[in-house]
Amino acid sequence: MFSSVPPIYFLIVSAVIFAIGAMGVLVRRNAIVIFMCIEMMLSAVNLTLITASHYLNSLDGVLMVFFVMTVAAAEAAVGLAIFVLLFRGRRTIKVDEINLLKW
Amino acid sequence: MIELVWLIPLFPAIGFLFNGLIGRWFNLDKRIVSWVACAALGLSFLFSILVFFALLKIAPEARDAVPDKVLFDWIVSGDLKTVIGYKVDPLSIIMALVVSGVSFFIHIYSVGYMHDDPGVTRYFAFLNLFVFMMLTLVLANNFLLMFVGWEGVGLCSYLLIGFWFDRDAPANAGKKAFVVNRVGDFGFLLAMFLIFAHLGTLEFNGVFAGAHSLDVVTVTLITLLLFVGATGKSAQIPLYVWLPDAMEGPTPVSSLIHAATMVTSGVYMIARCNILYSMAPVSMAVVAIFGAATAIFAASMGLLQFDIKRVLAYSTISQLGYMFLAVGVGAFSAGIFHLMTHAFFKGLLFLGAGSVMHAMSGELDMRKMGGIWKRIPITFWTFLLATLAIAGIPGFAGFFSKDEILWQTFNSGHRYLWLIGAAAAGMTAFYMFRLVFVTFFGRCRASEEVQHHIHESPPVMTVPLIVLACLSVIGGYVGIPHILGGRNIFHEFLQPVLGGHPEATGHATFSLVKPAFASEGAAMGNGINMELLLMGASVAIALIGIGIAFYLYIRKPEVPKRLGERFKTLYTIVFNKYYVDEIYDACFVKSTKRLGTFFWREFDDGVIDRSVNMVAKLMLWLGGVLRRIQTGRVQGYALGIILGAVVIIIFLMR
Repeated sequence: MFSSVPPIYFLIVSAVIFAIGAMGVLVRRNAIVIFMCIEMMLSAVNLTLITASHYLNSLDGVLMVFFVMTVAAAEAAVGLAIFVLLFRGRRTIKVDEINLLKW
Repeated sequence: MIELVWLIPLFPAIGFLFNGLIGRWFNLDKRIVSWVACAALGLSFLFSILVFFALLKIAPEARDAVPDKVLFDWIVSGDLKTVIGYKVDPLSIIMALVVSGVSFFIHIYSVGYMHDDPGVTRYFAFLNLFVFMMLTLVLANNFLLMFVGWEGVGLCSYLLIGFWFDRDAPANAGKKAFVVNRVGDFGFLLAMFLIFAHLGTLEFNGVFAGAHSLDVVTVTLITLLLFVGATGKSAQIPLYVWLPDAMEGPTPVSSLIHAATMVTSGVYMIARCNILYSMAPVSMAVVAIFGAATAIFAASMGLLQFDIKRVLAYSTISQLGYMFLAVGVGAFSAGIFHLMTHAFFKGLLFLGAGSVMHAMSGELDMRKMGGIWKRIPITFWTFLLATLAIAGIPGFAGFFSKDEILWQTFNSGHRYLWLIGAAAAGMTAFYMFRLVFVTFFGRCRASEEVQHHIHESPPVMTVPLIVLACLSVIGGYVGIPHILGGRNIFHEFLQPVLGGHPEATGHATFSLVKPAFASEGAAMGNGINMELLLMGASVAIALIGIGIAFYLYIRKPEVPKRLGERFKTLYTIVFNKYYVDEIYDACFVKSTKRLGTFFWREFDDGVIDRSVNMVAKLMLWLGGVLRRIQTGRVQGYALGIILGAVVIIIFLMR
C-alpha cells in the first residue's frame, strides 16, 4: 500500500509539521504551547526518519525514532516539572516574562 | 703518575661540594670545614708535585708531547667534539704548582684570618670552588674547557669580592668586576668561534698543529680578540678598573684571586697560545704596548694612594702589565717566570697587609699606622722581604724575573718600551717603600685604643707568611740569567712549549716585533756588556726610587705635603686615579643605563606591556558589546538557533 506513495509526500508532510512547530516555538508565549510545538517538531523528525528507513530498507532510522521518543518522554517529564515550579514561584509561565538569565 | 693529573682539580671540587652541601646543611663546626678545605688543597698540591716530578723524568724534548688525559666526551654535536681532558706539559704543570701551592698556604692563612667570621663555611666552599676552576683553566686541553675555568674563576671572584654582601661597597664592587669581565669574555668567545670556524676544533693540540694554515689577518683577529679577553681577566688597560675595587673582599681573597692566581690567567692564556701570537706580529705589538702602558699607568696611580690594599692593587695591575710586556715582545717564558715570582711576593704582600689589618683592628689607611714594626716583627720582616723582591733588589725573586723582562724587551728592539718599563720599575720601588715606611716606621698615628691592641698574628697566619717569604727570596734562583753564570733552568724547562717556533715565526714580516728568542743567539755574542749595563741601570733606578721614598717619608716627612700643595692640579688628578672611573661612568655606564632605561620605559612598558594591555581592553570592550545579545528571551535564542541551522543547511546544499 505504502509502496505506491512516493516518499516525497511523506517528507513534505513532515516538513510542514516541522515548520508549524518551529513557528509555534518562535511566536507563542505560553510555555506549555511552546512545549507542545517542540513535541510536534520531534514527531516531524520521527516521520522523516521512518520514511527514510522504509524506503531505504534499513532499520537505522527506526532505531533512531525509539531514541527520539525516549528523549521526548524524559523531556516532557522534566519540562513539565519545571513549568509547575516556575508557575508556583512567579505566577506565570509566559516565556517573555521569564527573562531573568540575561546580561 | 702523569695519568693522575685529573686528581689535581678533583680534590678542591670535593672540598667545595662537601663544604657547600654537607657543611652548610648540617652547620658543621668551622674547624671541620676549614680542615677539609685545607686538606683538599694539600692533596691537590701534593699531586701537582708528584705529576711535576713524573714529568721531569721524561726527556725534555718529549715533555710537550705527553698525551692528554681525556676523561670523557663532553659536548658532541655535529662537527664540534669537546672532551673533558687535561693537558700536562711544562707550562700547565708550572701553573698548577703555583696555583695549588699558593692556594694551599693562603687557605691555611685564611683559617686564622677568617676565624671569627660567621660565613666561614661559605667562604671556604667558594675558595675551594675557585681553586677547582683555576686548575681547570690551567690544565684544560681545549679552549672550551679553559673557558669554563675562565668563567668559573670570574664567578668565584664575584662571589668572594661580594663576600660581605650585606654592605653596599663589596656588593657593588663584585658587580663591577663581573660586568667588566663580561666585556673581556665577549672577546674570548668571539676568538673561540673564529678558531672553530677556521680550524674545526678547539683542542689545543689540533689548533696549534693547524695554525700554520691560517692567514695573517685571521690570526691577528683571533689573537686580538683573545687579548681582549685577557685585558678583562688580567686587569689591563682599558678594563683594569674592577681590580682596585675588588679589594673590598676579604684580604686572603685579594691575595689569592686578585694578585696571585686568577688575574694572571690572561698571561697564561697568551703564553699557551704563543704559536698563534708568534704568527701575528701586530697583535704582539699591541700586547706589548698595552702591557707597558698599563705598567706605568697603574704604577703612577699607586704612588699617592693611602689605602694599603689599594696600593697593592695598583701594584698588581702594574706587574701584570710587565707580564704582558714580556709575552708581547715574545719572551713568553720570562712572562711566566714573572707570573710565578709575582704570585709569591704579591701573595705575601697581601697576606702581610691582612696581618697588619689584623693587628690594627681592621684599619686600612696607612696614615693611621706607623711605628709598628717592633710590635709585629714577623709580619714586618716578611713584608719587607716581599717589598725588596717586588722592588727588584738583586738576590730576591723579583729581580731575576723583572730584569729578564726588561732585558728581553730591550733586546728585541723595543727601546721605548724598555724605558717605560724601567720608569715603572722605579715607581714600583718608590711606592712600595713608601708603603713600608709609612706603615711600619715613624710615629704611631693610630688611636690609643688601637695601639693598645696591636699584636702579632697567630702562627696559623705567620707560618704561611714565612713560607711565602722564603719563596720570594729563593723563587728567583730557578731562573738565573746566563750572564750571571746561571743556567736559567726555568727557561729550559719551558723551552719545549714556549721556546722558539721557527716555522711559525716565519710569518713575522712585521718589523716592529722581532721575537726575542730569534735574536737571542746574536745577543749572546755582542750584547753581554749591554745586558749587564741594563741590569745595573734597573737596579740603580730601583735604588733611586727607594732613596726618594726614604727621603720623603723618613727624613723629611713634611715634604710630601708641600709637594702636594705645590703641584696641586697634578696631585689631585693622580690622587683621583686620573678620573678614569668617572670618565667610564660618564661615557659607558651612564649611557648604558640610559639606554636600558629607554628600553625599559619605551619598549618594555611602551610596546610590549601596552600591546598586552590593549588586547585585554579590546576583549573587555567586545564583551561589553556582545553581551547585549544575551537578552534572557528564550525565543530570541531559538530564532538564532533556527537561523543558524538554516544557514548551515544552505551552506551544505550549495
